[in-house]
Amino acid sequence: MITRRNLMKTAAAGLTLPALTRSGFAAEPLKVGFVYLGAIGDYGWTWSHEQGRKALDAALKGQVVTSYVENVKEDASAIPVMKDLAQQGNKLIFTTSYGYMDQTIEAAKQFPNVKWEHCTGYKRADNVGTYNSRFYQGRAVTGTIAGMMSKTGTIGFVGSFKIPEVVMGVNAFTLAAQAINPKITTKLVMIDTWFDPAKEAAAAETLANLGCDVIAQHVDSPAVLQVCEKRKIYGFGYGADMSRFAPKAHLTASLDLWGPYYIERAKAMLDGSWKSDDVWWGLKEGLLDIAPYSKAVPENVRAATEKIIAGTKAGTYEIFTGPISDQSGKERVAKGQRMEDKDLLVMDWYVKGVQS
Amino acid sequence: MNLGFFIDALITVVGVTTPILLAATGELVVEKSGVLNLGIEGMMLIGAVTGFAVTLNYGPDLGDMAPWFGVLAAALAGAASSMLFAVLVLTLGSNQVATGLALAIFGIGLSSLIGASYVGMIVPSFDSVFPDSLAGDPFWRVVFGYSPLVYFALLMVFAVGWFLNRTRAGLILRAVGENDLSAHSIGYPVIAIRYAAIAFGGALAGIGGAYFSMVITPMWAEQMTAGRGWIALALVVFSGWRAGRLLAGAYFFGVLMTLELYAKASGFSFLPSQFWAAMPYIAAVVALAVISAREVAGSEAPACLGRPFLPNA
Repeated sequence: MITRRNLMKTAAAGLTLPALTRSGFAAEPLKVGFVYLGAIGDYGWTWSHEQGRKALDAALKGQVVTSYVENVKEDASAIPVMKDLAQQGNKLIFTTSYGYMDQTIEAAKQFPNVKWEHCTGYKRADNVGTYNSRFYQGRAVTGTIAGMMSKTGTIGFVGSFKIPEVVMGVNAFTLAAQAINPKITTKLVMIDTWFDPAKEAAAAETLANLGCDVIAQHVDSPAVLQVCEKRKIYGFGYGADMSRFAPKAHLTASLDLWGPYYIERAKAMLDGSWKSDDVWWGLKEGLLDIAPYSKAVPENVRAATEKIIAGTKAGTYEIFTGPISDQSGKERVAKGQRMEDKDLLVMDWYVKGVQS
Repeated sequence: MNLGFFIDALITVVGVTTPILLAATGELVVEKSGVLNLGIEGMMLIGAVTGFAVTLNYGPDLGDMAPWFGVLAAALAGAASSMLFAVLVLTLGSNQVATGLALAIFGIGLSSLIGASYVGMIVPSFDSVFPDSLAGDPFWRVVFGYSPLVYFALLMVFAVGWFLNRTRAGLILRAVGENDLSAHSIGYPVIAIRYAAIAFGGALAGIGGAYFSMVITPMWAEQMTAGRGWIALALVVFSGWRAGRLLAGAYFFGVLMTLELYAKASGFSFLPSQFWAAMPYIAAVVALAVISAREVAGSEAPACLGRPFLPNA
């Protein structure tokens, strides 16, 4: 395991290495650093970024050297971690959580020759780009499954915070389910933290007690799925395939695949074409995928979701297409109109049918 | 709303409360002996990973008995980690606050290290051992539908309350916590008693941790206790160092948290989410205010709490 302290040690040991490689190879490999919010073993958010890093390692073997620091808090203490990575010679650094936004900008000012990439943020500079995934496209798929498989007409959602990323997920999930069964309601519980398995479990139990028979989650542990398994109801993995935690309850998962993006950006660094950019990819570009369905998902449900996946990739299907009303019943998006990206990125209202 | 609804809610409350109650009961005994161990979070995590690992590894051989050994191992691991703290604090006379914090950090790190190879695995949940006709009954599950650890936690609170207030040994332990020099001068082994109290506290914290990894979510995840050790610590202060109030306080916390979830899921957003998130801190501020107000009139805290005992120094 690499902790901050270990990283310093390996960095110290690595000081002797560049001299060796310089004599051996003409070109030095590109050093790429990653800052992680959680532990690489969380089978969720950080785990998926770690898979992306490994994919980058494998794809550009010999051309890149990657390293990471895990369990970095989203406060001022992230800045020294970022600076350390820059000082160790990393020329491309990915900071992989929304809460690193200002810290990334700050560190980037002090290291103008390093290229920085901040995940899910919106502040950019000449040497800071941002990237994000259209997570909600996966929610449209799982929402469709929920709509078709819920018998009670009440589905649940365990969320973390009311931020656009989560709100988009709740809304896409609900809209997709309502496209199947217009009467469906989504009971939403925000637990005000990203990681607290006991509270996640208690929230899922509460939703099950209140009649939800399919529960989605946007938190960092598989606790919700384990409760679904115990209560013999259904759930979805988020970010990673979590079927190992709940073989019966786990219907499918939306998978975050950061690898394609990391590889492309590292290639851009290698050929000198890197530019600060604002990237928002999704199913089409391969940043998202849907995990294999469990046996519990019937054929007609699979067919319906495959249609949505294909439509999303082709650009003919977009979940945030009007008419869409908010919780109070006021129409927010007119019939036939598609929500623009700039509106999605600041979404702070729930659609009709969300109970929160 | 019917009876079943309330039983469901109560089961959630019990699940939320039990691990905190276990850890706090242990800490109560430690603090009554005059030692402040801030390392509960670390000991809980070490217990959590040990209990999980033993249950997983010996599951094939021990079958249904595996979780019992898991819990035992969690208790031993918690106690063993508390002994590190005890040696530093009691034998070497180090600062209790600093050492306790170090134990918390150490436990977080060590449990992550041990647990790295267990991530992504599951064990069967250590649920009710009563026959399904009782544990699954729509009504009787309110009595029989819990993990054995739930009954154990309740038993321990009563046992500790009885021990502290009704037994001679408990009186001696309290004497050590109130006035270590006097206890020492009339011949009680202050250091040995404190070692025993710290070991007991470590064992219960370990079992409390195992409740996370074996009952609530039968898996291992780094830092899965998510700060419950600190809540347990606050609870001991809240309770004014009394077992009865500790039990009430723990369940009050459990009810509050469950109520929050029900309110949100039912669409009663009469209070903003931020208020719920701030609630524990507001409660802590109120508790501290009450305590410091009481301190003027004479504190309920053991008089020697946090002070090193070095009779020969």
